[in-house]
Amino acid sequence: MSTQTPSLATDRSARSEHRVLAIARRQVWEDLIFQKVTMLFALTVLLAIVGIIGSLFVNSWPSFSKFGFEFIWRVEWDIINEEFGAAIAIVGTLASASIALLIAVPLAFGIALFLTETCPVVMRRPLGTAVELLAAVPSIIYGMFGLFVFAPLFAQYGQPALQSTLGQMPLIGPMFGGAMNGIGILAAGIILAFMILPFIAAVMRDVFEIVPPILRESAYGVGCTTWEVVSKVVLPYTQKGVIGGIMLGLGRALGETMAVTFVIGNSNRLAASLFAPGTSIASTLANEFGEADDFHMSTLYALGLLLFVITFVVLAIAKIMILRAERAKGF
Amino acid sequence: MFKRVIQSLATVAALSVAGTSVAADITGAGATFPYPVYAKWAEAYKKQTGIGLNYQSIGSSGGIKQIRSKTVAFGATDAPVRGADLDRDGMVQFPAIIGGTVPVFNLEGFQPGELRITGPVLAEVFMGSITNWNDAKLAALNPGKKLPNQAITIVHRADGSGTTFNFTEYLSMVSPAWKDKVGTGAAVKWPAASSVGGKGNEGVAANVRRVKGGIGYVEYAYAKRNKMPYMMMQNRDGKYVSPDDKTFAAAAAGADWFAAPGMGISINDQPGADTWPISTASFILMYKSPANKKDSDEVLKFFDWSFKNGKDLALELDYVPLPDSLTAQIRSKVWSQIK
Repeated sequence: MSTQTPSLATDRSARSEHRVLAIARRQVWEDLIFQKVTMLFALTVLLAIVGIIGSLFVNSWPSFSKFGFEFIWRVEWDIINEEFGAAIAIVGTLASASIALLIAVPLAFGIALFLTETCPVVMRRPLGTAVELLAAVPSIIYGMFGLFVFAPLFAQYGQPALQSTLGQMPLIGPMFGGAMNGIGILAAGIILAFMILPFIAAVMRDVFEIVPPILRESAYGVGCTTWEVVSKVVLPYTQKGVIGGIMLGLGRALGETMAVTFVIGNSNRLAASLFAPGTSIASTLANEFGEADDFHMSTLYALGLLLFVITFVVLAIAKIMILRAERAKGF
Repeated sequence: MFKRVIQSLATVAALSVAGTSVAADITGAGATFPYPVYAKWAEAYKKQTGIGLNYQSIGSSGGIKQIRSKTVAFGATDAPVRGADLDRDGMVQFPAIIGGTVPVFNLEGFQPGELRITGPVLAEVFMGSITNWNDAKLAALNPGKKLPNQAITIVHRADGSGTTFNFTEYLSMVSPAWKDKVGTGAAVKWPAASSVGGKGNEGVAANVRRVKGGIGYVEYAYAKRNKMPYMMMQNRDGKYVSPDDKTFAAAAAGADWFAAPGMGISINDQPGADTWPISTASFILMYKSPANKKDSDEVLKFFDWSFKNGKDLALELDYVPLPDSLTAQIRSKVWSQIK
């Protein structure tokens, strides 16, 4: 570049080289800024999580320092005498969520299977949209439906039927005993099943659809039945997505507040029967936060922390299950 | 033409901006029980003065918390704050409205007021020691009535509430066993084996209406509006009375309001032949030396107006307004402390 009389050609090439370099330099900067900005966005999520855990810890400390880990399995909820334990709420939460999964998973599986494998093409869209619409119904509507429509019918027809059949069996009989009010842990579980069904079904349908047609059609080509195609080709291929969908549903069931509060019966008592009213962590929080003062408030934070831990453990188990399954298949 | 429209719109906008800057709304928060009547008063007050009320019915403890953190000009609570706490915070307390809590039930073939109960028996029912409607103690109180063989289900408030405080306070007054084992509070540990919690008055009402053999407690206004079967109760003088504005007023009439600091007396279980036994006042909390004097004055003006002009509005909603003799005393003895 130090030639005193540069020819026109070299001058032009030098200038264009300069321009390219300038563009490259600018792009490096742009990329850097873009990367930092997006990282900042991602970090806000982390910050929120850390902030939530931190504030839960700080606020729940008084109750944990009084009761210790015993808080988790104490069966006691006496606000006036400040004797608290989380066992009743934990049992209610886990029981209602398990019932919801027991009902919703097979149903959702059937729905997704029908929609992707055997449904006539004309019905596919309206049915699919209906499932998605169900997911958009606000939870308070499910709660009102549960209390005013479902519970009376359940008390009149559902519970007597269950008591005269399952209630007569050994071992599980006591789970269907007691007074038939229509509300309680079982009713909450059934309403939750309605609520998480569309989530699980929609995810399952979406992942079933991504199975490459060539796999499916090859299987049909060698003479497989629909069930064989689903169980041997579609399910193994989509395992991860299916478990993910179920966990999404479980997450919602564990944390659902309003609908559960309406139908679970809100009674701080541990009973053998699923017909008996109980309480869940989320519904206890919803009911008692407004009027709680210092120490009571701290135990509510402790309950919130436990719910957080339970959800975290459930998600971790799901991740481990997926990893194991993948390793077993040699992916 | 178009220009004129825009011009007039601009004038309206300017006027409305000016209007809001002159009349700042009164802020208050607290008890849900008196909310309907405060809202009604506020509506009428705004029509006359242009000053609105922004009242958040977040519950009594919420109201106490809000006034302590000075986010509102007044707090409202059903359970009176103790005198020592009032002194510590530099606050005054006065009643603003009176109402009652009534036991409601669901028993086929029984009309409102057709069942009678006494306080001690009601306590036994809620303790879970009386578990069936055909219990001898209930039958003895209702001679000539055929009480069915039907299990009793207790329905209580699942959320903390001033109604629960009032109800459990009454049960503690009439039953030593209740006082010992359960106590008084905005939320208590309900001892009966067969008990269900509902959220809010409407949750209790819905459950009582649905569960056969159910018994619960709601604010009177709620029972009346929904035509729920209520019970007649025996009062301290041994008379059976129905809940209405007259029997609530009778409960307030004999009360010695200045017997407790901050007027924080209970009007449960008061003497008098016409007295409804489970009556309650709802209280207002304010600072003696408020940080914002203008807001505080507006609150006093609002309650002054409401005490004078809001009686019929309160009665329409089945609440009992304070008698003039009492409001005069509140003005001279309580409001005078607010600087």
